[in-house]
Amino acid sequence: MSLLTVNDLKVHYPIRGGFFRKVVDHVRAVDGISFELQPGETYGLVGESGCGKTTSGRALIGLNKATSGEMLFEGKDLAKLSRAERRNYTKDIQMIFQDPYSSLNGRKNVLNIIAEPLRNFERLSPKEELLRVQELVARVGLSPESIYKYPHQFSGGQRQRIGIARALALNPKLIIADEPVSALDVSVQAQVLNFMQEIQEEFNLTYLFISHDLGIIQHMCDRIGIMYRGRFVEEGTASDIYNNPQHVYTKRLIAAIPEMNPEKRFEKMHLRQSINQEYQTEYNNYFDKDGRMFDLKRVSDTHSVAML
Amino acid sequence: MKNPVLEIKDLRTSFNIKGDYYAAVDGVSITVHENEVVAIVGESGCGKSALALSVMGLHDRKATKLEGQVNFAGQNLLTLTRSRLDKVRGKDIGMIFQDPMTALNPLAIIGRQIEEPMDYHMKLSASEKKKRTLELLRRVGIKNEQRVYEQYPHELSGGMRQRVVIAIALACDPVLLLADEPTTALDVTIQAQIMDLMKELQNQMKTGIILITHDLGVVAEMADRVVVMYAGEVVEIADVKDLFENPLHPYTRSLLNSIPSNMEGKEKLHVIDGIVPSIQNLDRKGCRFAPRIAWIPEEDHEEIPEMHEAAPNHFVRCSCYKTFYFPEDRVGEKEYVATNS
Repeated sequence: MSLLTVNDLKVHYPIRGGFFRKVVDHVRAVDGISFELQPGETYGLVGESGCGKTTSGRALIGLNKATSGEMLFEGKDLAKLSRAERRNYTKDIQMIFQDPYSSLNGRKNVLNIIAEPLRNFERLSPKEELLRVQELVARVGLSPESIYKYPHQFSGGQRQRIGIARALALNPKLIIADEPVSALDVSVQAQVLNFMQEIQEEFNLTYLFISHDLGIIQHMCDRIGIMYRGRFVEEGTASDIYNNPQHVYTKRLIAAIPEMNPEKRFEKMHLRQSINQEYQTEYNNYFDKDGRMFDLKRVSDTHSVAML
Repeated sequence: MKNPVLEIKDLRTSFNIKGDYYAAVDGVSITVHENEVVAIVGESGCGKSALALSVMGLHDRKATKLEGQVNFAGQNLLTLTRSRLDKVRGKDIGMIFQDPMTALNPLAIIGRQIEEPMDYHMKLSASEKKKRTLELLRRVGIKNEQRVYEQYPHELSGGMRQRVVIAIALACDPVLLLADEPTTALDVTIQAQIMDLMKELQNQMKTGIILITHDLGVVAEMADRVVVMYAGEVVEIADVKDLFENPLHPYTRSLLNSIPSNMEGKEKLHVIDGIVPSIQNLDRKGCRFAPRIAWIPEEDHEEIPEMHEAAPNHFVRCSCYKTFYFPEDRVGEKEYVATNS
């Protein structure tokens, strides 16, 4: 059974205007997406800023409300639960945030930061709590004395590991990682990515990995969903997406990855130009008359594309 | 041989921190020729932005000590008075800033902002200025230039704003462009557009460009020559092809191995041990990268690391590159335990 099944999830924000600030229209931030997460896999949600990937992640963890659709976590629909009921389920879903500088409370020390989820859900004596936090701190590779330090005393990579320790505190099943490394330098990025892979094996975690960096997504993810304007344009395994992209938008994204071989740079530039042309000439095959994507259609067992 | 446009000789930029001066740029020499893109790469804190700001004279003069020479058009920019420097920057040297959201004035229309450098540096009538501005907007790939001329920055997308920033930098036909992380704040597809635009403009205008970036992908796409910086020093200079085919300095090799898109099929990314030292804690003796490759024996480093010409036009600092290897490639041969914290 899949760990999480998302069916036709929509998040719309009202636009108010006119007399009495009536709702005149909606921003369709997420406009009907469906996907499944299998236990132990890493699913990548990719797209440019504003495509709705972060909103989807936040809806799953309950940071914003879904307008409609189902989010079945182990068979239970999270969207239908009340806040209080939801608490018991969301314990198994944790989040790693993008910016390690603003996602840690600067007035709390590491002990209090990591213990917060424990205090919310588990009744531990101070001694037990300290022990658990020490274990977690050691697991993420920070020195034991760091639990009495404050976030500003750490580097970006270390802070992100404190964020990961906090996410791990309740032994979650699913971790939603929203751009976990985009604020970090390349070498530190590598450190955090390697570490995320290690703990995935160790704790049998499932990741929903949200990123705009296709290089990182390719490195980390088993399956990938490409989002554009609140909808999926293509979904498939990493090799489906990278070796056999079907949708013109996917092709455009992949062509935008900088070429690491300097000798091929003009080839790449021409490829980008020809894809832009394809985007113009074959627009009607990919978008309907309102500029909306078509529904996903299967092209193979693992691979679906939003095409006519 | 092409003519050099800018010669930086032994530049040392030191900042005053609690009464002492610490060098963020520590003896850097770089030459930029006309029609050449020189990329300066390194992680945050390596001194690459400090270098660019020194060339432009944008540091607070009271808290900064500048030594060495920055020779441009027969004069040393470091010794010029402010008013003399103002005749050069914005005219012969254009700058493209990282964040197009903050580089533009939110209260002025786009046309006004592109015309501003022309007011200072060129004697043009109002109609000539407008004509030139519209021409510039077209050149940076903005199609409805008449409309954009009248718009405010908030009405434009990030990619359009960066095009406007480039138009401002080009306003007075510079011979040198300084681009400080020109694509970092942009989405991947927009980044690709801006890179292609800059390549095209450079082909037409034959300007020298100093491109400062931390993204080796951008370097591979744009640069002719690459300068790798670490802890305020240049550690490697090579033509872009040589650098990617045959990187020599351990730092360059480590950086290349830590990029996911460069490591297709490999399970683990390379992690550089330790952190970039801050300028106050930096040990300025010996090879500055040595603490982060602790498995290389001390005698492989030079006491006073110098730049060696390892191959024609390929320079590398310190002799440690000769014996350097990645511990993960030699599992079992030598005991080495990585410490991550």
